[in-house]
Amino acid sequence: MVTPTTAEVWDWLDHVPDPEIPVISVVDLGIVRDVKWQGETLEVTLTPTYSGCPATSVIEISVETALRDHGLTDVTLKRQIAPPWTTDWLSDKGRAKLSEYGIAPPNPAGGPKECPLCHSPHVERISQFGSTPCKAQWRCTDCLEPFDYFKCI
Amino acid sequence: MSGDKFEFLLRMGDTTLILGHRLSEWCGKAPVLEEDIALANTALDLIGQTQMWLGLAAEVEGKGRSADDLAMLRDAWDFRCALLVEQPNGDFGRTIMRQYLFDQWHILALGALKANADERIAAIAAKAEKEVTYHVERSADLVVGLGDGTEESHGRMQAALDLLYPYVGEFFDTDAADQAAGFDPASLRDAYDTALTATMAEATLTLPDSRFAHKGGRTGQRHSEHLGHLLTEMQWLQRAYPGASW
Repeated sequence: MVTPTTAEVWDWLDHVPDPEIPVISVVDLGIVRDVKWQGETLEVTLTPTYSGCPATSVIEISVETALRDHGLTDVTLKRQIAPPWTTDWLSDKGRAKLSEYGIAPPNPAGGPKECPLCHSPHVERISQFGSTPCKAQWRCTDCLEPFDYFKCI
Repeated sequence: MSGDKFEFLLRMGDTTLILGHRLSEWCGKAPVLEEDIALANTALDLIGQTQMWLGLAAEVEGKGRSADDLAMLRDAWDFRCALLVEQPNGDFGRTIMRQYLFDQWHILALGALKANADERIAAIAAKAEKEVTYHVERSADLVVGLGDGTEESHGRMQAALDLLYPYVGEFFDTDAADQAAGFDPASLRDAYDTALTATMAEATLTLPDSRFAHKGGRTGQRHSEHLGHLLTEMQWLQRAYPGASW
């Protein structure tokens, strides 16, 4: 087969969904740090989001499976923890998709900018922790709906 | 030297492991759903950090053991966790007090360790610090909320502080193992005291005058009776079915 370019591989990875939040890809999430050829071997470097996040190993399996489905057999996955993952690495496309999905994207000010459902700026925190390590629970004080906030880290 | 660094890494990894396990004992029975989720999230972060610390410990030891081997196949006398984190959960207030007393040390320790000359230690500390920032924010908030709460909650938080404060001193004893890793916990005591004094004042709680400290967890010389019982439960599966995996 023709050796794919790293740009093609990035594009394939952009179709691998995050297992917990399937509307965004692992590329949107900012955890794919590098894709490069080492001779015949494709080396993909991933960084975990939270150190105990159970999705990390699922993501590694999904990435490897996707690459094999595209015909690559010689693949090495590297796990890198420094520099630590930050929500600054979330793509703009990813942020927009989170919002559409009902999860408020991270905001450096320390809380969601608005309710992802009715867009009211009047929101309050329920808990700094949520259904996955990366999310917090907030509530809109106008439409009264609770929602997830992708917290800044 | 590598033996001492191994000891230091066990101190970090065993402390997060044992506290992570203790917190997981709350899963499904915390007073409210949000707290249940928060305790489980914190436990998960701590177990994740354990994988990094004990993974590095195993690498430094160089005897072919894995992080899982270290966690599941050592007995109490080989553990190097601080005595504080072995202490039983008690009521919710006591769990939160234990958490705050630990988190406040943890955030300072990681802040110092992220500048460590060993870049593997620095990387783990930088990663963990981001998570622990959320832990300490929550536990401090709850100590204030419960301390300055009702008569009942205030009484329970004061009792928890009186019970657990004697386990704090151990965290600040610098010895050869810490020095081998370029870590000086004694230098963190002033910043810790300042933070604790401010939080307890806001919580209307009184810090005990005595600096008496129970010691022997981080050195492994004398653990409390509780560690063995905890390990019996935590290690049961690997002891009964060696090598079992998902």
